[in-house]
Amino acid sequence: MITLSHYIVLGTILFCLSVAGVFINRKNVIVLLMAIELMLLAVNMNFVAFSRFLGDASGQVFVFFILTVAAAESAIGLAILTLLFRNRSTINVAEIDSMKG
Amino acid sequence: MLSLNDILTLLPELYLTGAVCMLLLIDVFLKQDQRWVTHWLAILVLAVTGWLVVSGQPATPATAFGGMFVRDGVAEVLKVFALLCSGIVLVLSRPYMRDRELHIGEFYTLILFATLGIMLLVSAGSLLMVYLGLELLTLSSYALVALNRDSSLSSEAAIKYFVLGALASGMLLYGMSMIYGATGTLDLGAIRAASATSAHPTLLLFGLVFLIVGIGFKFGAAPFHMWLPDVYQGAPTAVTTFIGSAPKLAAFGMAYRLLDSGMGGLVVHWQEMLAVLAVLSLAIGNIVAIAQKNLKRMLAYSTISHMGYLFLGLANGTPEGYAAAMFYAICYALMATTSFGIILALARAGFEAEEIADLKGLNQRSPWFAGLMALAMFSLAGVPPLFGFFAKVLVLKAAIDAGMLWLAIVAIVAAIVGLYYYLHVVKVMYFDKPEGEPLSAQVDPSLRLVLSANALALLALGLWWGPLLAWCQRAFAA
Repeated sequence: MITLSHYIVLGTILFCLSVAGVFINRKNVIVLLMAIELMLLAVNMNFVAFSRFLGDASGQVFVFFILTVAAAESAIGLAILTLLFRNRSTINVAEIDSMKG
Repeated sequence: MLSLNDILTLLPELYLTGAVCMLLLIDVFLKQDQRWVTHWLAILVLAVTGWLVVSGQPATPATAFGGMFVRDGVAEVLKVFALLCSGIVLVLSRPYMRDRELHIGEFYTLILFATLGIMLLVSAGSLLMVYLGLELLTLSSYALVALNRDSSLSSEAAIKYFVLGALASGMLLYGMSMIYGATGTLDLGAIRAASATSAHPTLLLFGLVFLIVGIGFKFGAAPFHMWLPDVYQGAPTAVTTFIGSAPKLAAFGMAYRLLDSGMGGLVVHWQEMLAVLAVLSLAIGNIVAIAQKNLKRMLAYSTISHMGYLFLGLANGTPEGYAAAMFYAICYALMATTSFGIILALARAGFEAEEIADLKGLNQRSPWFAGLMALAMFSLAGVPPLFGFFAKVLVLKAAIDAGMLWLAIVAIVAAIVGLYYYLHVVKVMYFDKPEGEPLSAQVDPSLRLVLSANALALLALGLWWGPLLAWCQRAFAA
């Protein structure tokens, strides 16, 4: 029997993976974007699970909005990434460090 | 169901949405030398929206669309000042953007859409509206930071802003999902009612922690401030002026909606968390600012410390504390437009005027602008009788009233440390040998007028703060 807590644990694992992906990754900005996407999906998992077990539809409505905003967010993120590559010829996280202090 | 009443309550936002879309369309048909049409239309749209906000304000708080949208006194004050700040930014940025060939319609549309996001955010009645308003504001801000396409620094600032901003939104959403799970509703009022009797208090507390992290990121409070100095330095100064002013009002609005309207029952828990953020912001902001050579970066660290002062009022957790914090947010937004406005006034084609050394001997090159900058610096430092002084007194009083005397003492020590780097700018302007040519002749007249009015308002509001404070207090009294 799969209970609510199974879904919540899965959501937590996905969320922790994505946070680790953002902070540990030192190579590639595209992996950062993937980690951010995973984070939103972990949240969606939580919302759908709670919505199903509470018997309340508003959580699922929220998921549709998150999916839509996530699409807009990746579009802007990839556009900025293209810009960065055109100006720098690199998307290595470790090399994006011209401002410090 | 949709009723006429819903439409009327939402009228300013609906008008702004329609007008921005029209502006986007009109701009497509304009040639580069007709861009002034977009400029003045954008300012007209902001003015009309402001008029709609004030004239249609209901006597008692009104809600629309089943409680999703709230129109109360708090929303009114924040909207009026957000619109004012956006208008000031548009006037101040025109010469700067023109000199850099960035005077394009997208700048106006993005700023207006960001302002729309602010208006929706401060009127949010449910977690969904908080998220959507916030995303409309931040997505427009990412694009604004990257507006200068050929600048390597701008694109670096934009990617840092994007990654950390998206991370913050993710944290905030994760917190929202937990609060939804613990209370079974997205409506902020219902969450407040349900939080007292929730069967899962631990889940609710976890959600609250994630909310605070998200709020901290959006304010730029330490230890979540990493993005702020880089974005302030890398973005075109006109965009920095915007990001430094109106979105701070939105951040206050968001914190108030989430923490008081939503999580008001857990005030003892979030009070302590905000106090920790305040202490860290005050310490890190003021100490690191001393080491800065870049004026925009120094002002970024000064922002971090000011967010610490704002948290002093917010952490009080009573209507008086919120009024003090809102007063502080308004005060900070007006000081930010002045101080960044001076950088915009001094910048010319090929010269950014963003190093502190660029201000050397400004008093002999342009005594008027040196005087305005000195006003802004003294106000930021909190020297009486300027606006910044009275705002600081109010938040300190709020902290002491809440029984956090130690926090008030930390804040006063931090203010004394802060005095050093603000006075350093004044010293560079008045006592160093001038470098560069005089600039009074080349400054755009509308920029000069608005910047002077803005800086003198800091003095005027420092002397006649009564009406504004009464307005803020009335907003929370209802």
